[in-house]
Amino acid sequence: MSAVGVLAVAATLAVYYAADALYRRSGRHPLLHPVLLSIAALAALLEAAHLPYPRYMDGARLIAFFLGPATVALAIPIYRNLSAIGGSLPAVIGALVVGSTTAMVSAVGIAWALGAPPLIVRSLAAKSVTTPIAMAVSGEIGGAPALTAVFAILTGIAGAIAVAWIFPRGDRVDWRARGFSTGLASHAIGTAHAFTLDETAGAFSGLAMGLNALFTALVLPLAAALLPHSLRGH
Amino acid sequence: MFTPRLPAAALLRSLAVLVGCELAGNLLAGALGLPVSGTVLAMAGLFVWLIAVRRVPESLERTSQGLLRILPLLFVPAGVGVVAYLPLLRREWLVLAAAIGGSLAITMLVTWATMLGITRLLSRRGSREACDS
Repeated sequence: MSAVGVLAVAATLAVYYAADALYRRSGRHPLLHPVLLSIAALAALLEAAHLPYPRYMDGARLIAFFLGPATVALAIPIYRNLSAIGGSLPAVIGALVVGSTTAMVSAVGIAWALGAPPLIVRSLAAKSVTTPIAMAVSGEIGGAPALTAVFAILTGIAGAIAVAWIFPRGDRVDWRARGFSTGLASHAIGTAHAFTLDETAGAFSGLAMGLNALFTALVLPLAAALLPHSLRGH
Repeated sequence: MFTPRLPAAALLRSLAVLVGCELAGNLLAGALGLPVSGTVLAMAGLFVWLIAVRRVPESLERTSQGLLRILPLLFVPAGVGVVAYLPLLRREWLVLAAAIGGSLAITMLVTWATMLGITRLLSRRGSREACDS
């Protein structure tokens, strides 16, 4: 590997390490999400060093390679989270199908209605899905995985902030419903925050994150093939 | 709590299983011309296998935990690719804020209401059946 490649790996590790330390120090504040900080810092470094992205990626590819097996490994926590279902199976299946479809259709619909370019519309479709899977799906439907990564992280941060106030007051709190909707809409970042509110909310949030990832990853590519031509990738 | 170290052979075997799954998923998606990502297909396959055998092999579990703890780091390099889209983001940021914020709020409320609605419907029917019998 070239010296620039080794430098890219070292810089990625160092920046992520520092961002993660800052995030922990802040008490895991959603706005200081380490991936978002790392991407911003590395983008600024590339700019300052006049280093084109492909030359950075020549080295950083080494880190990115492990994203594949790690994504496959996500099957294990998704399987573990199934135990949270208990007696709620019909409600879980109903909320998954309705919620997941709403997440895709509303993101695509709002962006399309406001005249966003097709690349943005396609990159938004999986924004509620956990980032690595959202990126894979985005690539399949002609979106830009890098854009989808940023959109998914922003969605997660917004969800982690919204969970504290978005649900109507006065209602008897059902932590299963609050957790499930948080994880479905804002994946791992929302789930981490749901756990700080309530253990049951966290468990249902993790369950929803996994089921939504599976549902979206299997349904969205098929749905994309049926979309109007203007939204299509090719 | 003391946990013995995972033997190197078990670690390597589990990594080989994960990479092998990914390879199989990619080959299968390619051969069948499926629009689904091969990596996601591999994850779905492993998920179905876990449901079938109803247990997670310990070495696979611990190797995966190690990988998943650094998962956020692993998608940083691809995320940095956003540098190519900065002009697009600058132009479309208002649309993006509306789409992300609007879709998030709609999705959270619709999912929450659906789950509550089905739960209440079933518990009402359940209590009515209990009264009938």
